[in-house]
Amino acid sequence: MSGSLSTPRIRIPRQVRAGEVFEIRTLIEHPMETGLRQDGSRTVPRDLLNRLVVRVNGEVALQAELRNGTSPNPFHVFFLRLERNSEIEFAWTDERGRVARTTARVTVA
Amino acid sequence: MGPTPSLTRRGALGAALGLAVLPWSALAQEEALAAAIREQVGDAVPEEGGIALRVPAVAENGGQVPLGIVVESPQTQAQHVAAIHVFATRNPTPGVASFRLTPLLPRAEVQTRIRLAEDQRVVVLAQMSDGSVRRAVAEIRVATGGCLS
Repeated sequence: MSGSLSTPRIRIPRQVRAGEVFEIRTLIEHPMETGLRQDGSRTVPRDLLNRLVVRVNGEVALQAELRNGTSPNPFHVFFLRLERNSEIEFAWTDERGRVARTTARVTVA
Repeated sequence: MGPTPSLTRRGALGAALGLAVLPWSALAQEEALAAAIREQVGDAVPEEGGIALRVPAVAENGGQVPLGIVVESPQTQAQHVAAIHVFATRNPTPGVASFRLTPLLPRAEVQTRIRLAEDQRVVVLAQMSDGSVRRAVAEIRVATGGCLS
């Protein structure tokens, strides 16, 4: 694999009420090859996303360390609560240091 | 050539230690699991309970097994879940993921999808901010293995 990581997909509300608990769903297309799989006689080379970091207004809220047992196209759901308009940043990193990043703005009514 | 001699030695060692009931591969998996757990939580002794796992009893596709984890926690600065670790007991390697949580998360809840090679137990450990560790285990049957295919 070469080039950049694929564009992540995020499902997050654009607007929430202050103090409301809301759900965020994230998905990024990636084969998550462990280096253990055989394709015929050939071993498919390892190619793994190993980190997802979620920041709220620059502060780390959740960090995931992904290992072999995480499925291809890593999918994560978690919950947040905001008191003011916020910028949420999502960054996936692979073992070669490539980063896929996206941000979402959430308005607090 | 290959690993055969060491397997034989391991078998002999296992037999000598009275562990012959476990085939060598199961023994190696137990060792790998114990090492992976020690790497995350040291020698902390986990308490059972306080974690709800949402998993299917039977996973049709071992490559995409939904896993939901909810840890009972007020998620305050003083008292929150610091980390959730997921281990697959009978995959080629036991590590699935670790999640580092903060009080910015109002619920200690994470959902993801995991790979399971065969029928097995999934072990989830939650490290609390006070240093205590909780444990929950789910038994999952796998119709089609999801690691090597």
